[in-house]
Amino acid sequence: MSVRAIVAKPWVWSYVAAFAVWLATIAFTGGQGAGGVLTAALTFGTFFALVAIGQMFVITLGPGNVDLSIPATMTLAGTIAMKAMAESDAMIPVGLGLALLTGLCVGILNFGLILLLRIPPIIATLSSSFIVQSTAIWWNRGLRIKPPPALGDFATTNVMGVPVLAVLVIIIAAVMHVVLARTVFGRSVTAIGQNQRAAWLAGVKVERIRFLTYVLCALFSSLCGFLLASFSGGAALNMGQEYLLTSIAVVVIGGTSVAGGFGNVPGLWGASLFLFLLVTMLNTYGLGAGPRLILTGAIIILVIVAASYRRQRE
Amino acid sequence: MSAAAAALARLDGVEKEFGAVRALAGVDLTIAAGECVGLVGHNGAGKSTLMNVLAGTLAPDRGTIIIAGTDLSSRYSVVAAHAAGVRCVFQELSLCPNLTVAENARIMHPHLTGLKWRARAGQLITEALDRIFPGHGIPPGAVVGDLPIVQRQMVEIARAFTETDVPARLVILDEPTSSLDALVAGQLLAFVRDFAARGGSTVLISHLLGEILSTASRIVVMRDGKVVAARPAAEFDRVSLVAAMGHVTNQMAGTAATTTARRGEVPRVRARPRPGETIALTAHQGEIVGLAGLSGQGQTRMLLRVFSREDAEVSGSVALVAGDRQTDGVFPLWSIAKNITIGSLKRMLKRGLIDAEAESELAEAWRRRLSIQTPDMRNPILSLSGGNQQKALFARALGSDAEIILMDDPMRGVDVGTKREVYDIIREEAARGRTFLWYTTEFDELMHCDHVYVFREGQIVADLPRDQVTEERVLHASFRADD
Repeated sequence: MSVRAIVAKPWVWSYVAAFAVWLATIAFTGGQGAGGVLTAALTFGTFFALVAIGQMFVITLGPGNVDLSIPATMTLAGTIAMKAMAESDAMIPVGLGLALLTGLCVGILNFGLILLLRIPPIIATLSSSFIVQSTAIWWNRGLRIKPPPALGDFATTNVMGVPVLAVLVIIIAAVMHVVLARTVFGRSVTAIGQNQRAAWLAGVKVERIRFLTYVLCALFSSLCGFLLASFSGGAALNMGQEYLLTSIAVVVIGGTSVAGGFGNVPGLWGASLFLFLLVTMLNTYGLGAGPRLILTGAIIILVIVAASYRRQRE
Repeated sequence: MSAAAAALARLDGVEKEFGAVRALAGVDLTIAAGECVGLVGHNGAGKSTLMNVLAGTLAPDRGTIIIAGTDLSSRYSVVAAHAAGVRCVFQELSLCPNLTVAENARIMHPHLTGLKWRARAGQLITEALDRIFPGHGIPPGAVVGDLPIVQRQMVEIARAFTETDVPARLVILDEPTSSLDALVAGQLLAFVRDFAARGGSTVLISHLLGEILSTASRIVVMRDGKVVAARPAAEFDRVSLVAAMGHVTNQMAGTAATTTARRGEVPRVRARPRPGETIALTAHQGEIVGLAGLSGQGQTRMLLRVFSREDAEVSGSVALVAGDRQTDGVFPLWSIAKNITIGSLKRMLKRGLIDAEAESELAEAWRRRLSIQTPDMRNPILSLSGGNQQKALFARALGSDAEIILMDDPMRGVDVGTKREVYDIIREEAARGRTFLWYTTEFDELMHCDHVYVFREGQIVADLPRDQVTEERVLHASFRADD
């Protein structure tokens, strides 16, 4: 692949931005903690990337498609799994199974609302997230149950500065990249995102593909909730909070078209690292929580505007 | 009184091209005050394009537009037309469904401002409705989207006749009665005659020839983007009008290949008649079946019925060639190759993944077969001209393993050369046993069909075997015998 072809890839810029922010950070600290920052970025970027993969498939389905139930799904899956495992290593497979089952149910609920009640996805997933979040509150009653020790160790292990979870999610991302580019499912998702009616007339099973996509997204959310709870020493009711805007921002910054029909996986990792490093940089510069959040929001808007400007010019 | 002096509107040498299609090939049209001009012609004759030019919604490529003696050619627009008293009721309703009847009336009268504008707009539209459709029963406060189609059409028509600062001098009625019942249509036509008697002009487009003959004072016949006859209505009758519209192309029939008798075997497609319908559509293996009639008479709906297998027995896989490329066919972000292979993905799987090599082979094969004009099938589909995009859509359907191919008037905007190539391929593929259901509004294309069904108002009204297909028969079946 020529240099020009690589530069033309929309996901390159997220890595360029992540690298620039990292350089700006270590320039400020005089090179101190350069490796530590990268490890932290990989650790937290893992959770961002995991939910963003699902969100990317949903957004690629086209205008109006977005999953707002990600935070609630993460919380409920984490809560149910932690409670079921009750700090016992033997119960880890059961916990994981229950977490994924939670995701499956939420996905079915989401799409059921969209298809049967004909509610726009944005409202359907928002209202289902209320139900899911309430279930989590009712189920867990504010208790914080620790993950089983083996799981907690696994989730926090680094090998030569590289988190094991990050490796796992890089593999998942690679698999999903192939799914998007080379399977009938992935091709169908991008077809629907460009023109749903044309996709139907070309023989794509539109509703089946949309159903699978919403279930897929909920499954990734539940897996993320399970891993995040294991990583951070238990499920908390607000653990999914920041993942709503983040999941969408990562998808957009990563070069996926907000208008649908064009998605990409590599950019999700670049954008995840960028978002974490951005917060780190602003922290390093000594900004308080208020200005930091405002700046983060402003930069996300800027990137989205730049991305859509570039598309218009094309 | 010379014709020019009395002319309310005059179009001279108007031409309009859409890509390769010449919609208007130099049209002259004069409309005098107090005249009702009946405008007739087959689909694609250029009637609607001409009316869009007259209403200011389309700028002609060449020609002059003179309204009430003033040459407006260079600055003609919807606003200029409106200021000159030219109004238009289009086939596709132009009301805002989310607004009330009164609010829709206000849109045409921007200076209705100040307090109580809603009440005044309501009064205005109610007066017009009362004049045209006595006993209409439409409250001005009703939301348009909640009204049945008949009442929406009534509001649309009445709105064109509302007057505040500018009187309505010339009203264009494009198929105004298509969704009205006989009683209401009668009210409208009576009003149009009355309007003419008071000095108002109208242009009436209708596929119901009886309406034209009874209402218009003069009839203009269009064919292939030209005016071919313009005479007082009294000089026409139904037969001579149909004759003026059609052109005899029976020499085409001679060139058509073997006439096949319908085969006795079980049909591949059979659309059961719905309640109220009498004729069932059937298509056998290896047959090309034409769906004829005026445009939008239920042919596309029939294709979709077969596609989704509603009230239709279909044995075999189905693929569709879209006619409306933008809304039904093209995936704009994809390459030409991907646009073709989307119809055949399952065949190209290798260990569950789409095989890139198989994909480019299929695309390449169809590039050669249909001579799609591109150096590389990996180029974006939008880099192609319209006709070549259409070829890609043909390739998508023909390249799939579908046994039944549905074609939704796919030759719109396609140049003659391409058409010939595609006709040959359709015949070849039919000879190999594929079944084609072909909706077309071009009469010549029916000569390639083994069997033709004529549609009118959502129903099949004629079932013609190959040897009985003549333009006259198709035209006769297309128009309701309403006189």
